[in-house]
Amino acid sequence: MTAQNGVSHLSLFLIAALPFLGAVFPALLIRAGRNAAASSAGLTTFLALMGLLIHIPSVMRGEVVTARFNWIPGLGLNANFMLDGLGFLFALLILGIGLLIILYARFYLSREDPMGQFYTYLLLFQGAMVGIVLSDNILLLLIFWELTSLSSFLLIGYWKHLPEGRQGARMALAVTGSGGLAMIAGMLILGNIVGSYDLSTILQNKELIQASPYYLPALILILLGCFTKSAQFPFHFWLPHAMAAPTPVSAYLHSATMVKAGLFLMARMWPVLAGTDAWFYIVATTGLVTMLIGAVIALFKDDLKALLAFSTVSHLGLVTMLLGFGTKIAAVAAIFHIINHATFKAALFMTAGIVDHETGTRDVKRLGGLRHLMPITFTIGTIAALSMAGLPPLNGFLSKEMMLEETVHTTWLHSHYLVPGLALLAALFSAAYSFRFVAHVFLGPEREDYPAHPHDPPVGLWLAPAFLVVLVVLIGLYSAAIVGPLVAVVSSAVIGGEKLPYYSLKLWHGFTPALYMSVVATLGGLFLLSLHKRGEQIWNALPRPEAKIIFEAVIRALTLASRWITDELHNGVISRYAIILITFTVGLGYYAYSTGTIGVVTRVPLPAQIIPIIGWICLVVATLAIMWFHRNRLLSLVLIGVVGLIVSMAFNYLSAPDLALTQISVEVVTMILLLLSLNFLPTETPWDSSAARRWRDAAISVVAGIGSGALIYALMLRDFAFPTISEFHLANSYKGGGGTNVVNVILVDFRGFDTFGEIIVLGIAALIIFALTEAVLSTSVRGYLLNRKPHWPQSGDSHPLMMVVATRVMMPIALMVGAYIFFRGHNQPGGGFIAGLIVAIAYLMQYMASGYTWAIERQRFYYHGTIGWGVLIAAATGLGAWFNDRPFLTSDFGYIHWPPLEEFEWATAILFDTGVFLAVLGAVMLALDSLSRLAWQPGMAQEFPMDINPLRDDPREEDVQEKEQA
Amino acid sequence: MEALVASAVGVMTAAGIFLILRRRTFPVILGLSLLTYAVNVFLFATGRLALNAPAVLNKYKDVPYTDPLPQALVLTAIVISFGMTAVIVMIALSAYLSSKNDHIDMTARDSVDAPGEDA
Repeated sequence: MTAQNGVSHLSLFLIAALPFLGAVFPALLIRAGRNAAASSAGLTTFLALMGLLIHIPSVMRGEVVTARFNWIPGLGLNANFMLDGLGFLFALLILGIGLLIILYARFYLSREDPMGQFYTYLLLFQGAMVGIVLSDNILLLLIFWELTSLSSFLLIGYWKHLPEGRQGARMALAVTGSGGLAMIAGMLILGNIVGSYDLSTILQNKELIQASPYYLPALILILLGCFTKSAQFPFHFWLPHAMAAPTPVSAYLHSATMVKAGLFLMARMWPVLAGTDAWFYIVATTGLVTMLIGAVIALFKDDLKALLAFSTVSHLGLVTMLLGFGTKIAAVAAIFHIINHATFKAALFMTAGIVDHETGTRDVKRLGGLRHLMPITFTIGTIAALSMAGLPPLNGFLSKEMMLEETVHTTWLHSHYLVPGLALLAALFSAAYSFRFVAHVFLGPEREDYPAHPHDPPVGLWLAPAFLVVLVVLIGLYSAAIVGPLVAVVSSAVIGGEKLPYYSLKLWHGFTPALYMSVVATLGGLFLLSLHKRGEQIWNALPRPEAKIIFEAVIRALTLASRWITDELHNGVISRYAIILITFTVGLGYYAYSTGTIGVVTRVPLPAQIIPIIGWICLVVATLAIMWFHRNRLLSLVLIGVVGLIVSMAFNYLSAPDLALTQISVEVVTMILLLLSLNFLPTETPWDSSAARRWRDAAISVVAGIGSGALIYALMLRDFAFPTISEFHLANSYKGGGGTNVVNVILVDFRGFDTFGEIIVLGIAALIIFALTEAVLSTSVRGYLLNRKPHWPQSGDSHPLMMVVATRVMMPIALMVGAYIFFRGHNQPGGGFIAGLIVAIAYLMQYMASGYTWAIERQRFYYHGTIGWGVLIAAATGLGAWFNDRPFLTSDFGYIHWPPLEEFEWATAILFDTGVFLAVLGAVMLALDSLSRLAWQPGMAQEFPMDINPLRDDPREEDVQEKEQA
Repeated sequence: MEALVASAVGVMTAAGIFLILRRRTFPVILGLSLLTYAVNVFLFATGRLALNAPAVLNKYKDVPYTDPLPQALVLTAIVISFGMTAVIVMIALSAYLSSKNDHIDMTARDSVDAPGEDA
């Protein structure tokens, strides 16, 4: 059944999106005070909660509310959300307890803590959690899953100044994050088996999945994700260390929500994954072991939060075990216990937080006798703890009874006693640590040496746990009435919509085995507590592995190994990297050549005329001369200019006028750039490689050159093996893009997205250059630059009159050429790229002729802004297509007739090209401008164009003087 | 004609690689520039050569056109390679100005072991 209407659509997206949207506010509003930040967080959570609650009627009818949005359909990634009973329960826990935590945290955090940050992290986490439980697409779910790992990392490490916080956060991230990676693999396998990543489709293919040979690997990988997240043995160790977080975080993440994400996923996948032997033995056994170990360790923890952390581990194990049994009735019990555990455990964490807050310590050994000092806290804590111990008439009793009842019916490898026996033992320890929480904190004589004077906290702190404790009692007394329908709906969602088994939520079931077991557990727990001192001595004497030390050792070994590998591979000798890369590439090319086949020649070569031959001779001679004379840097720069020029001419000759224009203008700016840099670098390259090395390098180069030349020669003499898409571009350039210059239409229309990316890259490159310049100028290098002597004798007239006049006269003409090239670009060779370069050159001429200072004083716009506007205009043009229901960057065009002008054509592509133009202009100018700033020296500011500078530095004069002195 | 283009690509590639294998920054930058020319011409030539057939549509008669797609790719490649050249020039320059040394190879002394955070 699917209820699809506009309201439900919107509200599901909103429920998931609200916490993320709301995350912005606390960070911004913290300037307006802590109350503003807290209320904004509370309000968004409240709104999301309300959005959830309006679905109660349909959820209670057993309907599934869905909202679908195709995000990247090609990958099967759809932003599909669904709300069924299970999702509803978890969303309720997340948002409901979230609201209480937001209230509690407002009073818990101290003045020094950055509260805006806290609520932002908290809401991010909340949004990710809600996303997990509402996702109807497993890829989407994985994204949210990883988001919870990341946001919980931020929350656990919230107190950045505490090393425990940082270590705990890292450990949690390492464990849950790597589990998440395993789960991604498992989910992808699962999606491949079914052929869909939509959860609702997957859930209907139980037979297909369980019959697949990939079932077991998928199961194990997914369970790895669940077990790490839900702190199941042997991954349980991260949870106690995560307790370094502020208590509201522990209460929220580590009792009510995040650690339950693993349980949620096991419950979600229960219909298709459960019911096999593999599922039973892996899940139930892990759960059982975790339950027992957690309960035993919890009894011997003195830190209140550590005690609660291990008890959480134990209870998570309990639920895992119930899910692992694979029977429907066990699944019902699991769901019921999730509800109960969330209520009493969150209350207990908050109680622990209050005790810590008011007495200044969480060490059980230093507490006791708080009964009369903190009566409200005592009442709340005791009720919650007794529920945790499983005492009637509280809610913990009910679900624990159901659990024990189920264990009695379970056989593990033909043994009838193993599961109930161990479960009973765990229940016994569980009762013992619960009693200890009450007895050693609140009962006993009052003490004199509390670190602070304890008293009950303000109402803001105890209101949230009190509310939860009221729930604990009410659910215990009137379970069928209060949570009965919810449990029914959720359970039927878990077991895949099949008929619910018979069960009844009530306190008295008669004299059942479970009741006897409960009695034994309670009495045994009391007995154990009375022996606690003795037990502790034995416990402390026992050798036991310390998870943290093992974990750190593993991490250290991994770090050392990766550092060793990195250092060996990446030793800083860049010429070695280059030679490895080139030899490898040449080797690959040879392999392809020796194993591949080559077709017959199908094209007739073009005849070579005399002028191209002359050009070729120039190019080859210049190139070889660069190789020969590269030690003379200025000469090699001149020679490389020759090469560039001939390449431009070749482009022009070979029917590529756009390329010729681009190449020649790029050539100009590149030359200026290299000349500028040569101003600072040494003018000669010294000999520093041996002859043998040079011969080796020459041999490699020649082989690579022959290879690439032969490859392109072979390619040019053969036709395309497959039809190319160029035909499409030629045919549609005018019809679809409204331009006759196909190259330009490809740039601004067909492949506009590439071009958009490219101008961004260009802009980033220019910004990097700017940033590097800033960085260099902020160091001691600045002093060196200011006092630097030039390499060559300076001209007295650095801004010759003729050049200044000529460039200023040429400026408007150059700009007009730029505009002309720009506007004709869509139909004739030209366009934004080339126009940008031409205008940049026009500016550069002013820089060169009249001087940097003169040019900079007349500059109205920052080049950063030019780049930014370019990218924004291009993006806005692309977005415009959306408003006309077309894909991003679809262009439009038409014809306009304004008398007396001739009819002309307009295209949105020209706007896009404007963006390209601005970005190219800004990037070129910013790059060269940054480099020029390095050359600035005092004295230049007073210098006017056409002035003779008598203060110029002239190395030759100094040399002469020195010689004279000698 | 094809032989001229192919051999030019080969010569420029060889010279470019030889210079890239030098140990000072400036020759390496020159080498990269040469290699850029070679690669751009190579890419351009994958569209096969044609004379007097620019990819500008002629409304009045049917004429052959050269392949426009490699041209469009090479056009952006030329501009981007300018950006990249500018970045490496700037990196080379700041390295030289900071250390008065234009070797491209880092010596063991240059690589400082950054001490880790608390373990």
